[in-house]
Amino acid sequence: MVDAWEVLSGIGDPEIPVVSITELGIVRGVARRPGGVEVAITPTYSGCPAMQVIEEEIIARLKQAGCGEVKVKIQLSPAWSTDWIAPAAREKLRAFGIAPPLPVNLFPRSVGCPRCGSARTERVSEFGSTACKAHYRCLECLEPFDFFKPL
Amino acid sequence: MGDNALILGQRLAEWLGHGPQLEEDIAAANIALDLIGQARLWLALAGRLEGRGRDEEALAYQREQHEFRNCTMVELPNGDYAFTIVRRMLFDAYQRVLLERLASGADGEAAAIAAKSKKEADYHWRHSADWTLRFGDGTEESHRRAQSALDVLWPYTAELFVRDEVDPEAESRRGPWLAQVEPLLEEATLAVPAATKFLSSGTRGVHSEHLGYILAEMQFLQRAYPGARW
Repeated sequence: MVDAWEVLSGIGDPEIPVVSITELGIVRGVARRPGGVEVAITPTYSGCPAMQVIEEEIIARLKQAGCGEVKVKIQLSPAWSTDWIAPAAREKLRAFGIAPPLPVNLFPRSVGCPRCGSARTERVSEFGSTACKAHYRCLECLEPFDFFKPL
Repeated sequence: MGDNALILGQRLAEWLGHGPQLEEDIAAANIALDLIGQARLWLALAGRLEGRGRDEEALAYQREQHEFRNCTMVELPNGDYAFTIVRRMLFDAYQRVLLERLASGADGEAAAIAAKSKKEADYHWRHSADWTLRFGDGTEESHRRAQSALDVLWPYTAELFVRDEVDPEAESRRGPWLAQVEPLLEEATLAVPAATKFLSSGTRGVHSEHLGYILAEMQFLQRAYPGARW
């Protein structure tokens, strides 16, 4: 039997392909069922349009890996938090040009520029290119960048 | 819950490509997306509880106007950006109170959806409260527009706190709602309008003339081509 978790770790997020759905904390559990597996996933944001793509991808990849019948279950509780994003994934986000989320309960928040590392940044808008990101600007290197919002 | 989120989400989506600035265009789209996502969760749950085989799509696309239970406030046309923002501010504050209570309620599924949605309502509120402040305490013109939006919208909030058999606790949410709204309005130098006798009736299924137009646009494809899929 193949390791379903490992297969899932190879699936990138459709909107941020450098990190996998397991690293983002979207996969909440894998259970073996007679003749197949059941995967529990949780949406990042209620309206995240990537969820359907993720679901289809999980089914396709696990079937291909020989896991038999694949069922995907949406699990809402506990609600997803950016605190679940794995430490290694945070570095990948930074390298990709997205400032990783700070711990949810950390105040005040100083967002570091993912390019030059400067802490002198300003928020342009709390809403960015996708539901999970805010739009920031570095006051040092003047580059605009995305910040993964703590949620 | 589902209908409020669905209709307001639909209204907000009308700003796509028409936002007063690029960031606000994107913000409106993001918030609309959250609301429609929340609507989907609530309507799917409602469909399961009903047990007649209707899913969220059927509930959104195949119900008639009088079957929608959204409050009248969310179906009013967008007006200018001040109106759109002030309405959302009033609604977001209400959502935060209601969702917090539902999140700690006894119903597991409803509590899960509420807990998820509450996180989103919190940052929606940050956005709408921030802009209410900017408009109210901004220029003479922005203040005038925010105040006139508030004057129009305020009477529609009465409906949110009317107790009935479905929602016996509605009245008790007014206090925590006002505790958010009043200090903000004061800081924004906006005057709280006087109470009126007007009571809208969207939550009872009796809507303004505006809902029909939204439904016509939202439902026409499924009505013209039942069961159509992408």
